[in-house]
Amino acid sequence: MDTILFLAHTESDGTLGRAALETLTGAADLARALPGATFMAGLIGGDVTAAENAISGCGAAKIFTVAGADFAMSRYASDAAALDAICRAAGATIVVAPATARFNRVMPGVAQRLGGCIDTHVAGFVVVDGALRIQRGYYRQRMVGTLTRAARPWCLTFDGGVFAAWSGAAAAVPTEAVAVTLGDAQRRTTVVGFQAPPSDAQTIRPDANLLFVAGVGWTKKQSDGQVHLDEAAKIILGFLDRSKASLGSSKSLVDQSSEGQNVFSFMSHLNQVGQTGATPRHPKGLAACCHGEEPHVVGWRFIGERRAINLDPNCGWAQGKADVLYVADAFALVTKVGELL
Amino acid sequence: MSTGFHIVVCGSLVPDLLQTLEPVAGPTGPALKNEMMLPAVLDPWAGHALFEAAHLAAKHPGSKVWLVSLGPKAKLQQLMMSIAQKVPFELVAIDGSASGFTDPVEVAAALAGAIEKIPTLDRSRLLLFGGCASASRDAGVTVQMVGERLGITDQFLAADEVKVGADGTLTVLERVEGGQYLVSEVVGPPCAIAWATGNLPEPPNNPQVGMQNMRTLMPSLQKAQLAALSAQGGTFVSVEVPKQERKTRIVKDVPLDEMARDIAEWIKG
Repeated sequence: MDTILFLAHTESDGTLGRAALETLTGAADLARALPGATFMAGLIGGDVTAAENAISGCGAAKIFTVAGADFAMSRYASDAAALDAICRAAGATIVVAPATARFNRVMPGVAQRLGGCIDTHVAGFVVVDGALRIQRGYYRQRMVGTLTRAARPWCLTFDGGVFAAWSGAAAAVPTEAVAVTLGDAQRRTTVVGFQAPPSDAQTIRPDANLLFVAGVGWTKKQSDGQVHLDEAAKIILGFLDRSKASLGSSKSLVDQSSEGQNVFSFMSHLNQVGQTGATPRHPKGLAACCHGEEPHVVGWRFIGERRAINLDPNCGWAQGKADVLYVADAFALVTKVGELL
Repeated sequence: MSTGFHIVVCGSLVPDLLQTLEPVAGPTGPALKNEMMLPAVLDPWAGHALFEAAHLAAKHPGSKVWLVSLGPKAKLQQLMMSIAQKVPFELVAIDGSASGFTDPVEVAAALAGAIEKIPTLDRSRLLLFGGCASASRDAGVTVQMVGERLGITDQFLAADEVKVGADGTLTVLERVEGGQYLVSEVVGPPCAIAWATGNLPEPPNNPQVGMQNMRTLMPSLQKAQLAALSAQGGTFVSVEVPKQERKTRIVKDVPLDEMARDIAEWIKG
C-alpha cells in the first residue's frame, strides 16, 4: 500500500501558488485512484499557517510542516533538508510536488537522499490494475512516454496546467511540525532577492490568456527594401499592451541579440520558446513572422488554440500546426488588431 | 596556494535537433529508430555550460575545465570533431547509452563515479556544471543527483549568469517563474550549477584549441570505461509521437480589416 505525500512551498505572502493547488488536485485524485493508499501533505515556508488552513480539507490524513525564516527562501540546502525530513517522517512511497522553479531544483536531490527515483514534468497519470502509470515527454516533448515503476520512494513533479486548482472548505486535520536543524554548511548560500525587468518592460506573463510568438521575420527587410526595427518594436509592444499577452520568441530572433546585433531590447532568451526555450501553457497562441519548427511544434505543445500570421500560405511549419493561418503582412495586420483590442 | 576553479561539465550528445525522431521498441526498452545513424550534437544546454565554464576558466588563472561525457564511444568521437575546436577542455569519456530513456539515477552514478576518479581534481575548488535539462530525457535532474553524490549542497538550476566577487563569492542568477531571476550568493566552491542559455554566443572554431584538445581526446576515448545502464528503473508501457496534426484554415485574399476583426474577436472571445 502506497503512502502518497503531497509537497508544496508557500509563496512570499504565506499562501500556496496556483501550481501547488493544481498539483494538490492531482495528488488527491491519485490517492483516491490507488487502492488502499494513504494520503499525506507536507508544507515548507516561512510561516505555513495560512497554507495549512487552506488545504486542511484536501483529504490528507496528516499535514507535516517545516517552517521558519530559513525555509522562507528558495535555497537548495535548506529546502533539501526540510523536504527530506518530511518525506521520512511521513514514510512516503510516492511523493508528488509541483514543478515550480524551487522544487525543480531540489526534488532530484531529495530523491537521491531518499535512495529513490524521480520523474519530472509529469503531464498526466492513470491507475491500471492498481498500478500507477505516469505520462511525460521525452526529447523536448517530441514523444510521450507512459511508464510505471516498482521502485519506491518515487518522486514526481507535476507540470502546471494539467489539473484544476484545488479549492475546498477547511477541516480539522492533525499536523506535525518536523524539526530540522541547519548548520553552517546549509547556510553557505544567501538569497539576495529577485531581479525583474521594470513592470512596463515585463513581457513574460505566465497567467496570460494569449501567447504572442514573434519570429525573426520582424527584423527582415520589408516590402520597401528596408529594415524597420523601431516600428516592429513599437507594434509588438503596442499589441502586448492592449492584448495583455505574454511574449514568446523564436530562437533565431533572440540569438541575434546575444550575438551583439541590434534587435529588440525587451526580448531575451527568457522569451524563447521551443527546443532550448520554454514550452509555456496558455489557452491561445498567435505567431507572427515565424518560419521554423521550434515555435510551431515544440513551443506550442501546450497551447490550446493556435493561429499564425505568415506571408507564405504553404509554410510547412504552420500547416497542420495552426488552426488558422492568415496570409498577410504582419506589420499591418498586428497593428490593426492592436487598434481593435 | 592553489587558485582558480576546477570546473567539471557534465554533458553528452543528443540527436541533431532538426532530425525527425521516431520511437521504436528495442530489446531493453524504448529507443530511437536508427539511433546510431542519427547525426548528433552536444546537448544544447550542456553546450552553454561548457562555453560558460571555458569563459570563467579563462578569466581565473589556474582554472581547468573537464568535460565528462556519457555516450557511445564512436558517437562521442564524432561529437568531439565538432566541439574540440571551440574551447579548451579535457575529456573524461564514459562508454554507454546516451538515450533519453535511460534512468537518471544510474546516469548520475556513472558520472559521479567518473568525476571521483579524476586524479588531479581538487574538490574544494570544484564547480560542477551541466545543462538545466537535456534535449533527450528532458528531466532536469542529473546535475543535482551528481551533486548530491559528490556531497555538494549548494546547487543552482537554470542559471544564466555567474559573477565572481573579489572575495571569491559567487553571485548566481537563476531563472524562476514570471521571467524573473532569483539572485543568490554562495561563499565559493564547491557548488553545482545547471545552466540555461547563459549570455555567451557559441565560440568560433579555433584550430589551435582543437590541436591542444586532441592530445587528450583520443587517449580518453580509448580508455573510456563501460557504464552498465540497466534501464530497470522504470518500465515503459508505451512511447509514441503525439498526434498534433491540425486542419489548418488558410485565410488569404481577404481585406486586412476583416482579418484583424477575426483575430481581435478570437482574442477577446
